[in-house]
Amino acid sequence: MSQLATPDRIIQIIYLISAALFILSLKWLSAPATARHGVWAGELGMLLAICATLLHKGIVDYTTIAIALVLGTIIGVPLGRVAMTAVPQRTALSHAFGALCVTLVGTAEYYLRAPHVPGFMMAVLSMEVILGGLTFTGSLMAAGKLQEVLPQRPITYKGQNLVNLSLLGIAVALAVMLVLDPGHTRLFPLIIGIPLVFGVMMIMPIGGADMPTVISLLNSYAGLSAAAMGFVLDSKLLIVAGALDGSSGFILSVIMSKAMNRSFTNVLFGAFGQVQTSAAGAVEARTAHSATAEEAAAILGAANSVVIVPGYGMAVAQAQHKVREFYDALMKRGVDVKFAIHPVAGRMPGHMNVLLAEADIPYDKLLDMDAINADFPQTDVALVIGANDVTNPAARTDPGSPIYGMPILDVDKARTVMVIKRGMSPGFAGIDNPLYYLDKTLMLFGDAKAFVGDLVRELAGGSH
Amino acid sequence: MTDLIASLYIFMLAAFVGFEVIRRVSPLLHTPLMSLTNALDAIAVVGAIILAGEHKSGLAAVLGGIAIVASTSNLVGGFIITDRMLKMFKTSKPKKP
Repeated sequence: MSQLATPDRIIQIIYLISAALFILSLKWLSAPATARHGVWAGELGMLLAICATLLHKGIVDYTTIAIALVLGTIIGVPLGRVAMTAVPQRTALSHAFGALCVTLVGTAEYYLRAPHVPGFMMAVLSMEVILGGLTFTGSLMAAGKLQEVLPQRPITYKGQNLVNLSLLGIAVALAVMLVLDPGHTRLFPLIIGIPLVFGVMMIMPIGGADMPTVISLLNSYAGLSAAAMGFVLDSKLLIVAGALDGSSGFILSVIMSKAMNRSFTNVLFGAFGQVQTSAAGAVEARTAHSATAEEAAAILGAANSVVIVPGYGMAVAQAQHKVREFYDALMKRGVDVKFAIHPVAGRMPGHMNVLLAEADIPYDKLLDMDAINADFPQTDVALVIGANDVTNPAARTDPGSPIYGMPILDVDKARTVMVIKRGMSPGFAGIDNPLYYLDKTLMLFGDAKAFVGDLVRELAGGSH
Repeated sequence: MTDLIASLYIFMLAAFVGFEVIRRVSPLLHTPLMSLTNALDAIAVVGAIILAGEHKSGLAAVLGGIAIVASTSNLVGGFIITDRMLKMFKTSKPKKP
């Protein structure tokens, strides 16, 4: 540190305040009532930190900084205004941008310092660029799959895990060589290049259904790479922010993989989306009961309690606003309506809540799996809209099922079950759902948005 | 070396604080949580600003500049979308007593 520590110390104290504001920001986010304060605290912390950094005495080139800040804002604003259904791919893209920043800074730092890089510094620098590199391409792949620019089906081939693990192994081996002798500048491009390839290979075999877990995991990697950058630059603020982001991503990944009854390794190396044809062989010709909108509306209108189970299919059909009208129609008749949200409903953690909140459905009506499951036996009608696997009772009863053990919404315990669905085809993961063949289940065939619209009309007509 | 150990302590403590604070976030808000932590992660812009601003080499200035663009877009976009999402969450109950 310099002898004239005053300006430097002021900068450090501002960073300290920023770090405190970041922690407060996440703390306030814990409840909807204070959540927006959290955003403001985060914004203030960020503003303070950037202003303090601009005071840094080593800075000579303000033009580049100004141009880059303006460009970043120009790109950032539209990314903040995307539709709520596009939030998962936006999030994946922002993981990619974050990782890109970290990787580029790490690269520049290496070339500025080589060959005089202490061992520990080289180790964290390697970790920074390896994690940054794989998160960058991995997140771009995830964003591409979510945006449906890339095929969502898992792409697998023989020996895939071996190839992936060897790639990662080579990257780590190179890192060790660089730690032993940081002067091997020719090795450095490889330590960036290999993780970039690995990121692509890692996401290739992952299917659409696993995206919530993968996004969370990439979030965690992005955070850890930022923390590593904090070690390289000796920035305590960055270490704190990276650690917060890393632990947040980690917690979400654990929640997501628990909700799908899978381990991390299983998500990353399992290629879940492989078509499960073996189980479907023994299906006998079972019949499902179907009903018209008029019949369904009569039952719904007479019910005391209705639980709506929305799945991603509802969002794809853009039916959430019709669902809101339906909710209003039932509430007007004095029916108690609640929503049951499975942790993996939607394409990222909590996505379904955002989509329903956007349709003005009050958040106290949105109940997560643990809160709602005890209510199903006392529920007159459970209405499933565009959800499939998360309602599949085989997960509880059939040890042969590929989703056996996955926690589900106990929709089958409701007195009557209604399922809005286009046809009898199995869902995303290709698994047959015995729920559809229960005596108490009524299949409502049709497009989610159109069918809910019909229900609203029938309910309105019936009340006059 | 002492500085390194101090940094490791900071990392460990921040990770624990993160676990405790984030565990309490309602599943209702998991999407805004991810977009907010993303925006906060964009604090990496601080490192990029110094790198670009010090202009120690042409390469460092270019990479630093691109890094500023990438992290600023995260920062701006992340805060905007988080606030947009949180504004939508409304309760059916009247305001708290």
